[in-house]
Amino acid sequence: MARTVIPFGPQHPVLPEPIHLKLELEDEKVIGVMPVIGYVHRGIEKAAELNTFRQNINLMDRICGICSFIHSLTYCQGIESLIGVEVPARARFLRVFWSELSRAHSHLLWLGLLADAMGFESLFMQCWRAREMVLDISEMTAGHRIIQASCTIGGVRRDMDEEMVREVEKRLIALRQLVDSSIHGVFLHDPTIRQRTAGKGVLSKDQAEVLGAVGHVARASGVAVDMRQTGYAAYGELGFEPVVETGCDSHARVVVRTRELYQSIDLMRRSLTAMPDGRILIRVDGYPVGETVSRCEQPRGEVIYYLKGNGTNHLERLKIRTPTFANIPPLLAMMPGCELADAPVIALSIDPCISCTER
Amino acid sequence: MGIMNRARIKSPWLLHFDCGSCNGCDIEILAALTPFYDVERFGIVNMGNPKHADVLLVTGPANHRNQRVLSNLYEQMPEPRRVIVVGTCGCTGGVFHNCPNVLGGIDRVIPVDVYIPGCAARPEAIIDGVVLALESIGAHGK
Repeated sequence: MARTVIPFGPQHPVLPEPIHLKLELEDEKVIGVMPVIGYVHRGIEKAAELNTFRQNINLMDRICGICSFIHSLTYCQGIESLIGVEVPARARFLRVFWSELSRAHSHLLWLGLLADAMGFESLFMQCWRAREMVLDISEMTAGHRIIQASCTIGGVRRDMDEEMVREVEKRLIALRQLVDSSIHGVFLHDPTIRQRTAGKGVLSKDQAEVLGAVGHVARASGVAVDMRQTGYAAYGELGFEPVVETGCDSHARVVVRTRELYQSIDLMRRSLTAMPDGRILIRVDGYPVGETVSRCEQPRGEVIYYLKGNGTNHLERLKIRTPTFANIPPLLAMMPGCELADAPVIALSIDPCISCTER
Repeated sequence: MGIMNRARIKSPWLLHFDCGSCNGCDIEILAALTPFYDVERFGIVNMGNPKHADVLLVTGPANHRNQRVLSNLYEQMPEPRRVIVVGTCGCTGGVFHNCPNVLGGIDRVIPVDVYIPGCAARPEAIIDGVVLALESIGAHGK
């Protein structure tokens, strides 16, 4: 049988971002896949050395527009540990709130894109309708729909008053009802979704561990790994159990994410209830010295920042390992053996975020 | 205004290309297509094929690797075509201005008709920009 190579991307309707996969086919079966990346490489790590460490917060916010708050949170936590700052309690709870808000928005976005990739357009519209509610909350609390930009070194930039907390509570309840009525059940039980995802893109628990999968890819394969277990920000006080499924396929990944959506809404409400009064920001003097590693859980998995400061206004080195980068080797293990028509769904099932990966 | 241009203005087809943005503007473009903003009621449809497209929506700054892909897409679009840049970084380089792999704004690579600033640009601003581009087709007829 002759082999054909089909280019998938860089500009492709199901991909919001440019990644190029060379799919090697035998008949309709994919037997090999080779990723070609670099289309959105900007050189942020180098630019982070050229900027001052305070300017970098704005740059980190814009590594990825989807998980922007968690990027700046990870960066700020790294700088805080280098300078030795204790963040006020209220700020830590607000950080959890905005982290979970961006997680809810990212999960709804992904669920919608996945539905769109398998041609289920009305479900795509439902997910994005629910996502608008999340973005409204974001705009109300942080002043911007996508890039919250509310994290800073020593705390957060914005506070929420009583009235706003009550309004957010009300909207979160409405969001939960909408997810309940028109999203959760469809993803769990709809026969079309099951056919397109169940048994597709299988990654066994051993493979997930060996290949170093992170985030929902690992948790859908039965590996209970979630950086929120380390208790950064206020996750330690709020109590946290990772969502784990053992299906190992694309459907398990969908289930993990729909369950995490509920978990995020729940965590947001609990963080607002448990939030103590007090300051949201403390003054930070001094410059970062030494090196540290800062880890957080992004919607897509664990993000690692390595920071090295030399006591000046500029960082000596900033290295970012993003979750999609860790999930590309598992993707390459999932693809061989699948049908060509399933390739977009499997590629999307790891929720690739290329602008994070290439920076 | 001939019948072709009248049809174009009534139903412009968009091609979206992410040229290295942070995704912020891309998801706002997608959001403009979903129920809350729903640009499809104005006849605006998102296309995957450059040969079918009237308007190219570009997000993000141009860089060394994708400038060839970008000019390739532009070349494939039939006249009259309009290029709209969405987001501050696509207009000037913005927050990425000093990144080593970034060339600067999209206008370093292909001619741009409408600039939409904002980081990320709001869906209302994007719809406004598309309308501006269409007006220019109507005014010049090419």
